[in-house]
Amino acid sequence: MFLEAPDPATAQSPDIWSQIFVFMLATFIGLGVIRRVSRLLHTPLMSITNAISAIAVVGAILVAGPDYPAGIRLLGIIAVFASMTNIVSGFLITERMLKMFKTDKKSGESRS
Amino acid sequence: MIANFVQLVYLVAAALFVFALHWMNTPATARRGVYAGVLGMVLAVVATWLQPQVIHHQGIIIAVIAGFVVGIPLSRVPLTAVPQRTALSHAFGGLAAGLVGTAKYYLWFGEGPAELTAFRTTAIIAEVILGFLTFTGSLMAAGKLQEIKWIPQRPVTYPFQNVTNIGLLLLAAGLGVAVVLQPTASWAAVAFGVIIALALTFGVLLIIPIGGADMPTVIAILNSYAGLAAVAMGFVLDNKLLIIAGALDGSSGLILAIIMCRAMNRSFTNVLFGAFGQVAPSKAGGEEKIYKSETIEGGAQVLEQANSVVIIPGYGMAVAQAQHKVRELYDQLKKRGATVKFAIHPVAGRMPGHMNVLLAEADIPYTDLVEMDDINPDMPQCDVALVVGANDVVNPAARTDKSSPIYGMPIIDADKARTVFAIKRSKNPGFAGIDNELYFSERTWMLFGDAKNVVGELVKQLSGPSVH
Repeated sequence: MFLEAPDPATAQSPDIWSQIFVFMLATFIGLGVIRRVSRLLHTPLMSITNAISAIAVVGAILVAGPDYPAGIRLLGIIAVFASMTNIVSGFLITERMLKMFKTDKKSGESRS
Repeated sequence: MIANFVQLVYLVAAALFVFALHWMNTPATARRGVYAGVLGMVLAVVATWLQPQVIHHQGIIIAVIAGFVVGIPLSRVPLTAVPQRTALSHAFGGLAAGLVGTAKYYLWFGEGPAELTAFRTTAIIAEVILGFLTFTGSLMAAGKLQEIKWIPQRPVTYPFQNVTNIGLLLLAAGLGVAVVLQPTASWAAVAFGVIIALALTFGVLLIIPIGGADMPTVIAILNSYAGLAAVAMGFVLDNKLLIIAGALDGSSGLILAIIMCRAMNRSFTNVLFGAFGQVAPSKAGGEEKIYKSETIEGGAQVLEQANSVVIIPGYGMAVAQAQHKVRELYDQLKKRGATVKFAIHPVAGRMPGHMNVLLAEADIPYTDLVEMDDINPDMPQCDVALVVGANDVVNPAARTDKSSPIYGMPIIDADKARTVFAIKRSKNPGFAGIDNELYFSERTWMLFGDAKNVVGELVKQLSGPSVH
């Protein structure tokens, strides 16, 4: 796919490590950021992280789109559908829930 | 060139995702987070789709449209159904990861051993096991939450349950190791299929013994699994955006699960393998304890005199759809100059933060929703604690009774308020059959009936001119 070097043994080994480092650092960032999320918003938090992790759609498109055997592409297409469902419903319901959080009725009318 | 462009877009998308979660730290900025997330997602999808190797568009377009057709109604569910919607979306996330992993394996299987390196194959196995067990496990959880008839609500246990479950998982892992060692052997393709079947089965068996009260933790754990499956997909596809987004999702699920476990004073393993609800200790020859029940009129009179009221909502409020009536009560009490706060236990409801969303929907300002730890010091000064559909989270047995299954769980100190009113549907003990000592306390008066009706009647009494 993106493989520039044909020999995986030499080309890939450094990249494996950079992937693992990215994973570790992203986990630390995630823990740091999520820990500060207001407890009021834990339900919307779950729906937004759900939508964000549906970035798997990117992988699904790369299975559904290229010139692969039809059976493989079909799996990719189902995965695109599953991810898109999460993206659409995840962001929409997060927005819908967040709209409901108001400080009090008077100021709630002018801004949310 | 195009590859660099795509990576640049992914970099921007990853940053937007981090900002999206960062802005969730207060309700004031949270909606900005949604827009950042949407922008990152659109950028990443467009950049991926525009790549030259994507040549078949028809199937993708149909899938995207179908995603909108299914996704939009799923975002309009009533807020009481949000836990099952969340579980369902974890199922979709797991399914997507499992399918992509499966497709990649069989694709590379056809292309020869050069593609199926040990690292890639390991990542694929992890992706497929996590993805498919999350898929069936989350479907089961969604079914239990939706109270579908043929899925048992109560925990189901059978002999050697944990041995069976762990055995299945070990078998799948063992087969996985074999496939990693010989990824292109002809039997490996079969073994891979068996791994999928085992993961699907394991997901079902993992959730069967878990009861409703443990759902907040289980949903959080499944959230974490769905995230880790996305990380594994990132390893398989060498895609750092996937790794980052998956890691954010995974750590979010992990933190929520830890918060839920702490709020129940239990460990992960205890939630997953403990089959809560089986314990139900029947205290031998326990003397008949007596409830004192109060009429609506009497309750309204006490509430009318109260200067400070703390309302403690639980899952029963959601079941009875009582949150809007509770808001009316809140308005009535506020009108009389009382301070009214809501005490929110972390595990009240069926998912993290469930009560907050329901009360926000009923237009209660979030500034009056107070966490357990912040409200407990004020409970002794509180005139009336009104328990609406909560049970275990206000049970003082958690502080005192070492034999109780909820011993050690932090609770809201409703029993320290000057007067306690508890709205309860029936005289049956709550979930897991644990007696709640709060109901027998001398300060407690029971208001029996459906939460919505009882609160509605209280509102009527308070708003009526004849109350004195």
